[in-house]
Amino acid sequence: MLGVSIDQYGFLVQGAFWTIVLSLMGFVGGTIVGLPVALARISRGWFLCRVSSAYVQFVQGIPLPVIMFVVYFGVSIYGFDVNALVAAAIAMTLYSSAYLGEIWKGCIQAVPKTQWEAGECLALTSVQRFIYVILPQALRIAVPPTVGFLVQIVKNTSYSVVIGFFDLTYSAKILNNATFKPFVIFTAAALIYFAICFPLSRYARRFELRLHRRNA
Amino acid sequence: MDYVFDFSFLESFRSEIISGVRLTILLTVVSILPGFALGTACAVGRLYGPRWLQTAVTIYIEAIRNTPLIIQVFWLFFGLAVLGARIGPFNAAVIALVINTGAYSAEIMRAGFQAIPKGQLEAANCLAMTRRQIFWSIQLPQAAELVYPALVSQFILMMLATSIMSQISVEELTGVGYQVQSITFRGFDVYLVIAVLYLALATMLRLCLHGAAQLAFTRLRKLRTPL
Repeated sequence: MLGVSIDQYGFLVQGAFWTIVLSLMGFVGGTIVGLPVALARISRGWFLCRVSSAYVQFVQGIPLPVIMFVVYFGVSIYGFDVNALVAAAIAMTLYSSAYLGEIWKGCIQAVPKTQWEAGECLALTSVQRFIYVILPQALRIAVPPTVGFLVQIVKNTSYSVVIGFFDLTYSAKILNNATFKPFVIFTAAALIYFAICFPLSRYARRFELRLHRRNA
Repeated sequence: MDYVFDFSFLESFRSEIISGVRLTILLTVVSILPGFALGTACAVGRLYGPRWLQTAVTIYIEAIRNTPLIIQVFWLFFGLAVLGARIGPFNAAVIALVINTGAYSAEIMRAGFQAIPKGQLEAANCLAMTRRQIFWSIQLPQAAELVYPALVSQFILMMLATSIMSQISVEELTGVGYQVQSITFRGFDVYLVIAVLYLALATMLRLCLHGAAQLAFTRLRKLRTPL
């Protein structure tokens, strides 16, 4: 097809599989680290607040490829055999935890203050208040931006090409070197990315509209 | 753990690192204004243009926002080379950045245009301003002032995104880091320094853009209140 064989398209799909694997690892890792970051960002203790804020500022001020390199070379100095997948997953975790922490902080703060006060009036402890009153409401607000950020995660896994992780971008690059049909190959790669990302974007937007209608 | 840091490369590769920082700054500065202009034009086209233009702009925005920048860069750089148009890596990088930032700032500016209170437009109509006057002196300044924090973040993200341009042999800061690393084998140390440099650049860019906003928005400067 267009000077590129079926096998070669299969190679792209193989790369796309690893893109999805890395995205999922980044999202799961980002959730595990990001939730404490969000909680620390809204905590009243100034130490937690400062440290988490500094963490977010740090990660957001450094480009993802550089984070990938730091992790990649950083893991190797500890004498571990560096697997590009492990390094890329750690880097994606760092990256997405900072952004998810910031997003979720906003979502928790978007729950009206009166909800906290009402919980206090019902003599709930602060943990109970958070789990039974605030969290369910914050979760609903958090769905659209989180799905929207998933798109960013999928797209940004493409930066793992700098440390030689075999993902969709890397496979497209290799294919291009082999066949020199850049238009066909990079269009195909772009279409695969689009097919993953566009439904997520649409879903995020629809969910947001529904949320607005309910609140209106 | 007895890892010894060695930052002696800072001395021996000083001029390379400085030229990398320069190139990163240059890529950013050259791409910001055209990207913003393209974004604003697209926002206007999507909001007020004829049907076909709205569709075209929507396709452009969705296509760019749902594919990675690096694929767009490869597509432009290698694709144009096959077509026989050798534009050089630096130009390809700038074009890709402008196209990419254009799509993102178009969505931001669209939100800005939509957030202007209706009363402003009605008041402008009552003053018998023409469509053009309303756009240039009522809509554009207010929309830009409403969304400039989002624009600042977007431009900083663009600066950080220049870091992949070494993939098409534009030797900006990250690319220089890779060269130094491959000579000295101090990858961790080198990229820690590069990370710190990017942090400094991001902070500087944020300050500059906020300063530019103070200069550009007279109302903001005088009243110091959000619009």
